[in-house]
Amino acid sequence: MTPDRIELWTVILVLGAGTFLIRFSFLGLVGNRPLPEWLLRHLRYTAVGVMPGLVAPLVLWPPATGGVPDAARLVAAAIAVLAGVLTRSGLWAVICGAAALYLTPVLLGLPG
Amino acid sequence: MAPSSRSPAESSAAAPPPAAARRAFRRGLINAAPFSLVIIPFALLFGVVATEAGLTLFETMSFSVLVIAGASQFTALQLMADQAPVLIVLATSLAVNLRMAMYSVALTPHLGAAPLWQRALISYVLVDQTFATAIAEYDRRPGAPLAEKVAYFAGAVAPICPLWYGATFAGAALGTAIPAGFALDFAVPITFLAMIAPALRTLPHLAAAFVSVVGALALVWVPYSGGLLVAAVAAMATGAQVELWLERRRA
Repeated sequence: MTPDRIELWTVILVLGAGTFLIRFSFLGLVGNRPLPEWLLRHLRYTAVGVMPGLVAPLVLWPPATGGVPDAARLVAAAIAVLAGVLTRSGLWAVICGAAALYLTPVLLGLPG
Repeated sequence: MAPSSRSPAESSAAAPPPAAARRAFRRGLINAAPFSLVIIPFALLFGVVATEAGLTLFETMSFSVLVIAGASQFTALQLMADQAPVLIVLATSLAVNLRMAMYSVALTPHLGAAPLWQRALISYVLVDQTFATAIAEYDRRPGAPLAEKVAYFAGAVAPICPLWYGATFAGAALGTAIPAGFALDFAVPITFLAMIAPALRTLPHLAAAFVSVVGALALVWVPYSGGLLVAAVAAMATGAQVELWLERRRA
């Protein structure tokens, strides 16, 4: 893609300003008032609510294969999640996932 | 006032001597240093992926300098590649960063008394890694003087944010040199899964991730990539409800 420049800069500037305001919210403006419990309870699950959903279609229907499910990518995703859960380390998850991505076609004897 | 008569103990009661602040800075730097192993590849990857997506070096750097939040930067890039409208791109990528409101809340009791310009700077560099490093220290030594807490935070920033900028730059410069057959398209999904997986050790997190995946797949047909936003809200509500349910069962 070659993104539309006005759109791209709108995203960069508004995302930058919005992210700063989120970070600054309590430290800078609201001060020491506690957040309501129900809000904190939802905030805890923002990252885990967005990111798996963003990735899932890319794993099942990779754009690089024209949307056809691909063994190497499915195995790599599963290995990355498993390694991350077991080692509690994002770094090991990346290393194991990347290794699986490149080794699976070799092990299955498929053209890489 | 006779400066010569003041003992070191008296002056340290008013403001910590610079030596203590320097030590705090160094401790922060050392404790945050291991995170550079995560920051460097992630920023390199952003630089590569952004240039491959058609962003110029200046645009890529602006992204990393103005936002400094990798997950939301990748999210925005992916949704723009999917031709999602600007409002959806912004709502979804800002949602990824909402967790930082929690960080802001948690730091307020420790840093809320700092001058406004320091709080603004700290907010700018408040990322997952600096927060994790700082809050661990503040929990260990809640009574430390404010100036030491600020110095510690500055120390934790030192091995994180400059590397974030530098590695983005290196990635953007390298980007065009990497061959296309390298399955690089899949580096972003792998990295995202790697960021989330270590958190999938509690039932509420697992349930939220499950709803997010199932919801996003079931709502793929929704125009303008709006399905992900709906799935994310449902996933957050699920996590919160499962947490409540577990608490009630324990009580």
